[in-house]
Amino acid sequence: MNLTLYVWRQKGPKDAGRLVRYEAKDVSPDMSFLEMLDLVNEGLVRKGDDPIAFDHDCREGICGMCAQVINGIPQGPQKKTTVCQLHMRHFKNGDTIYIEPLRARAFPVIRDLVVDRGSLDKIIQSGGYISAHTGGVPDGNAILIPKDDADRAMDAAECIGCGACVAACPNGSAMLFTAAKVTQLATLPQGRTEAARRVCVMTEEMLGQGFGNCGNHYECQAVCPKDIKVQFIAKLNREFIKARLK
Amino acid sequence: MLLPTSSVGRKLVMAATGQLIILFVILHVLGNATIYFGLLNAYAAHLHALPPLIWSFRIGLIILFSFHIYYGIVLTLENNRAKPQSYVMRNDLSATVAGRNMVWTGAVIGSFIIYHLLHFTVQITNPGLAAARHLDSLGRPDVFTMVVKSFQNFGIASVYLLSMIALWLHLSHGIQSSFQTWGLNSEQSFPIVKRLSALAAIVLFVAYVAVPVVIATGILK
Repeated sequence: MNLTLYVWRQKGPKDAGRLVRYEAKDVSPDMSFLEMLDLVNEGLVRKGDDPIAFDHDCREGICGMCAQVINGIPQGPQKKTTVCQLHMRHFKNGDTIYIEPLRARAFPVIRDLVVDRGSLDKIIQSGGYISAHTGGVPDGNAILIPKDDADRAMDAAECIGCGACVAACPNGSAMLFTAAKVTQLATLPQGRTEAARRVCVMTEEMLGQGFGNCGNHYECQAVCPKDIKVQFIAKLNREFIKARLK
Repeated sequence: MLLPTSSVGRKLVMAATGQLIILFVILHVLGNATIYFGLLNAYAAHLHALPPLIWSFRIGLIILFSFHIYYGIVLTLENNRAKPQSYVMRNDLSATVAGRNMVWTGAVIGSFIIYHLLHFTVQITNPGLAAARHLDSLGRPDVFTMVVKSFQNFGIASVYLLSMIALWLHLSHGIQSSFQTWGLNSEQSFPIVKRLSALAAIVLFVAYVAVPVVIATGILK
């Protein structure tokens, strides 16, 4: 199949950037989206042009590095799927595809489709942990956790921190990301102790890193490759109210 | 605590003030309904016979609106700063026109309220119709005639209709959003809350535009 691509090219953080048109020829429907970009890049390198810079790592849908915005949808048009797991069979011959970097003030563009998502790490560093003294391995069932709680915590822990939620949010908010971590830890007894402090400092850090406020548009949930639900944001809000009433 | 600076704290103020204003919006439209039963002048006279009640409502509303408008603008400016560049190809999956334009529908509603107060409360936009100067047969300010004659003017009726469309849009996002902000959202209740919020916004819109529409179309004279 042959495709027309409009790819965001930006030499560096200070460059204004622009969309550049490329023709992707002889793309196999079995290729992943990243393999299609690899093919385009091989052609660019052969011509002596700079290849398109994009992030990727595991290419098996579990690390989140490959997040980019395809036709206006962070992580691409296939629901609950990362870009690396999106295959070209979901496109048609002759399609035009717009590829842009994740956009938010807290995600400055480094080059082309590569953005700095370190601001998400800063949110985790502010309180997304438990300060337990780890000794030897505890007995398996020393702390009993109801199955529902364990399941909820695991659902929240599925977040891979790819930043698609931030990129999709009209307000550039990292609320879904923050809420996933807050929920994961607040649902488990080990994380409960520091829940009040955690929810306050993490939401504070979110604003401090230049993310916006949640506007309840739910775009984040719609694009999340790991199906993190906005109910976790409601849980974060409840945790915040509880913390303030303490 | 009184003036929150946190993200969630300020959103809670938006949700709380918004929900209290909606309670007033409901009370107001129930008051409007007296027009269909020929009781509007009596209702207005009763309200004005209780200055402490009417003034505590007015002061309460001024406080609620001040907070709602202030934080609405502050949060919007902050959110716009957090998203300095939009996509060349934008593709909204769940964000709505209503949700994305809350600050603008809010501005329309705010401007409308000022006009509405000048029109029916201070009565200076159409002094010829001012109820304060025209009493009915029982000696009460003739609010009914003021309202009917106002809405027989197509221009005035249109302003009210367009403003109520803004209110509809504002509420269609605002009501469900306020529940989410309070954390009142589970996977089971979420679709129901969303649907009931949309329904409530439509019901309030229809209830509000009914008065200018029935008058402008000559059904109520």
